[in-house]
Amino acid sequence: MSRRVVITGLGVVAPNGVGVPEFLASIRQGVSGIRYQPGYKDLHFNSQVSGIPVFNWDLLKNYVSEITFHGLQGHALGYGIMAALDAWRDAGNSVGGSETLWDTGCVFGSSVSECDVVKKIITRVDAGEAKKLGSRVIEQMMNSSITAYISGRLGLGNRIVATSAACATGTQAILMGYEYIQQGVAKRMVVGSSEHVDPYIFGAFDSMRILSRKFNHVPEQASRPMSQSAGGFVPGSGSGALILEDLDFALSRHARIYAELLGGACNSGGQRNGGSMTAPAAPGVIRCITDAVTNAGVSPDSIDLISGHLTATAADPLEIQNWCLALGRNGRNFPPVNSLKSMIGHSLSAAGSIESVAAVLQIVHQFVHPNINLEDPNPEILRQIDIGCLPTTMVEREIRTVAKANFGFGDVNACLIFSKYNQNG
Amino acid sequence: MDRRNILEELKKVLYPYTENKELLQNINDDTNLVKDLKINSANLVDIIIDAEAKYNIEIDFDSAEKIITVGNCIDAIAEKIK
Repeated sequence: MSRRVVITGLGVVAPNGVGVPEFLASIRQGVSGIRYQPGYKDLHFNSQVSGIPVFNWDLLKNYVSEITFHGLQGHALGYGIMAALDAWRDAGNSVGGSETLWDTGCVFGSSVSECDVVKKIITRVDAGEAKKLGSRVIEQMMNSSITAYISGRLGLGNRIVATSAACATGTQAILMGYEYIQQGVAKRMVVGSSEHVDPYIFGAFDSMRILSRKFNHVPEQASRPMSQSAGGFVPGSGSGALILEDLDFALSRHARIYAELLGGACNSGGQRNGGSMTAPAAPGVIRCITDAVTNAGVSPDSIDLISGHLTATAADPLEIQNWCLALGRNGRNFPPVNSLKSMIGHSLSAAGSIESVAAVLQIVHQFVHPNINLEDPNPEILRQIDIGCLPTTMVEREIRTVAKANFGFGDVNACLIFSKYNQNG
Repeated sequence: MDRRNILEELKKVLYPYTENKELLQNINDDTNLVKDLKINSANLVDIIIDAEAKYNIEIDFDSAEKIITVGNCIDAIAEKIK
């Protein structure tokens, strides 16, 4: 028996909006969340802009107990807790019950440990003061810290999995949650990912010379996916979370259904055929997209919108070419394509989950969010698709099916197919 | 500093680790930190670290292991600051 999986809750902490209402308003209007980071000049970074959520840390007192809040320090952890619990409440659930929810699990990903927090440990230990670290360090340093906090707060008793697949982390986590429900392992899954790019991670990317460095004086223009003037990505931070449910389970509790997750695929190009640690192999990407479309049971022609990975590096034209080949569509026959990264930058492991929240919102509210900073589309892209496929202002139109993909270091790919919920299947 | 003063200061140290703040009002030497105040046993080390910082003292591991009640806490602190 094939189970249908629907989305019943959304939560987001993004550079251009904390909470779904603010985020929705921002992506409709094309509001940038990229800001100048004054301290980065003193650190001699070439790029001095990034997308960091305007996050009121004290609000976490409404999410965890006072005792837990005392001593909480990881930013990615804070973002993840807020996004996941917002999604949970958005789905009509309460927080803090005394029962273990055996039917409900969590797949939540992150890419790197927070060097800020690690630094405090290293400083203490090197000073011979390990004794002063206390009981709260390990629980926040373990790779599974975010899933441990979320599942503990909600009482989740099904599979609790912390994942990591670089920039494909969020997309992959959502797909894993979908698969657990499809297989009948779980009825409901809290899925998503979280990222905080601190100066140490930022500096390491800066050294790779793949960050946008020519727009420090106009930060909101720094992230320019698909444009000829794109000169690298802008790191972003934040978290996105979704509540996935078995359709029958959702119907039985009269949940509001935002959209359906029809299916997806996840693979690797094996770092062969042009693929490497940092570059995706075209055959892997194409196969991932076609597998996702096949798995979802839709025709490539039914895709109404592509939410691309499209980071604003030299890989953008190749990504468009891969979409063209995978879907067998080009020119005017290509669907609209947008990159949320134009507004919030590239939030690495959180990109897939924040962009999936955006994809679902575009289905619910029937619009295509703009690509900001796309005054000068890359000619290599315009050779493949019509300029009309690159909206620079918000477009209201019927959106039934969205393809969302992300590609990460290590040559890993993930693609999801979201659809408007139709009760007749 | 007499035991009563230490007790009042200790309440401030225990505050962030105690879910039900009202329980702190009537603590005495016999109050069990885990059983009566419902403090997570993992947090006992944090309480000791906070107390060490507050009084600028060092409570060694062996002394710390004997801290079960509020009275034990006061004993450990009083011994170091006298």
